[in-house]
Amino acid sequence: MSSENKTLEQFYNYISQRRLMAAKCTACNVVFMPPRGRCSKCNSSEVEWTELKGTGELQAYTVIHIAPPQFQPLAPYAVGIVKLDEGPQLFGMIKDVQHTDLRRGLRLRVNFEEQKQETWPQWPKYHFTPEK
Amino acid sequence: MAAIVAAGESKFGKLDGRYAREIFADAVDEAFKDSPKVGRRDIGALFVGQMSDYYEHQGHSGPILAEWAGLENVPAFRLEGACASSGIALAAAIMAIGSGRFETVMVGGVEKMTHRTTGEVTEILSTASDFPTEQWNGLTFPGAFALVANAHMDRYGTTEEHLARVAVKNHKNGALNPKAHMAKEVTVEQVMSSRMVAQPLKLFDCSLISDGGAALILSRPRAAKKYTDTPVYIVGSGQASDTIALWEREDLTSFLACKLAAKRAYEMADVKPRDIDVAEVHDCFTIAEIVAYEDLQFCPKGEGGKLIDEGATEIHGRIPVNTSGGLKSKGHPVGATGAGQVYEMYRQLLGEAGKMQVDGAETALCHNLGGSGATCAVHILVRGD
Repeated sequence: MSSENKTLEQFYNYISQRRLMAAKCTACNVVFMPPRGRCSKCNSSEVEWTELKGTGELQAYTVIHIAPPQFQPLAPYAVGIVKLDEGPQLFGMIKDVQHTDLRRGLRLRVNFEEQKQETWPQWPKYHFTPEK
Repeated sequence: MAAIVAAGESKFGKLDGRYAREIFADAVDEAFKDSPKVGRRDIGALFVGQMSDYYEHQGHSGPILAEWAGLENVPAFRLEGACASSGIALAAAIMAIGSGRFETVMVGGVEKMTHRTTGEVTEILSTASDFPTEQWNGLTFPGAFALVANAHMDRYGTTEEHLARVAVKNHKNGALNPKAHMAKEVTVEQVMSSRMVAQPLKLFDCSLISDGGAALILSRPRAAKKYTDTPVYIVGSGQASDTIALWEREDLTSFLACKLAAKRAYEMADVKPRDIDVAEVHDCFTIAEIVAYEDLQFCPKGEGGKLIDEGATEIHGRIPVNTSGGLKSKGHPVGATGAGQVYEMYRQLLGEAGKMQVDGAETALCHNLGGSGATCAVHILVRGD
């Protein structure tokens, strides 16, 4: 598992397997995203994949009302930056939440979507929902 | 470093029926009129900023803009750093002058945007954010700056009224600028009640979708007096990069690339933040101006809201900011914005800023931010006496 390329494509391959994976530097132990072959802190190439629980706390959020054409049907929709429990942050949409309930520190969990589009990029989507 | 010997700018706004190359030619014509002793044959190279090929379905714009500028066959370098495209074109041109290769060059910027729908422009602008994670999950540019606003409000108690006051100030200034896109005043109530774009940013917290171009002629400092009796000198040039993805950053209330670019520019110029008499800062959204006050050290961290409340950044305040109206009122043709800021500060330092004039301005700063802060260019200008 840890020998797989530390690429965005592989990150999304894992998402399609319903796994949230980050890169971990075995030299300095930092866990970072987006994954890449070189540590974002110490530049070591001793990097392996590590699976995350997919839970964390909301750091910052907004509700988007004006969006590009392909997202406008979803508007208004919430997005946020989540500090995952293992350390790295991740951006995503936040669904199944009252927009008035959004606040810093809200506990969230990642969810995986099945649908893929037919043309590039065939990346599966993920989003966050409140942790029950 | 380099001297500015001439500057020109098109009108900013909705320039129907005119494309980028024609708008840029307007700015270039004004630059040559500004200093008649400079001729097109004096220009050794063109450095031009333009953000996106998508607006006009036109790539390869370096030679196009050189051709329409009447700069036949000169090497043309098109630089792209999102909304900081012409700020980094200026940084590159200063290096080209410094290298000794060229005595005189043109720096410019242009964008044509208003023929596209708001949705299309929103999408094209979003290409300057991270595609695999941010665009893919519906983040827009107003959305990115709304996240910054949310973090700043949460940590420092900055309010929506603070943000609104930035818009009010800049529209008040822009109403004095004959080149401004939206040259009219607005009230706090109008800003606060405008349509929501990305909470807490409303329509009047956002800069304008504009067409426009700007052109500067730079020369080696020793050659400047050949072209004009009143050159302006660029004494500090700083540029830095940060993560493309906003969400990777630990501190969302500040832009590291700005702090690093400002540090380099201040050090190179041997100037302190308190020495700045007037500044153009990148107010793509009202929160960006508040953060810029702090990152440029016009006030301590977290006190940007207080600075706007005190009126310190008004034209006759302690540190006037965006006397031109800024991106908010003058307009934001993204590729032209950085060069347009320098055009405004050049006029200020020459005492030619009309009703926008800051009395006795001798040292000016321009701050040009790309995307959600992955690129920043800061330049410091002084009047040459």
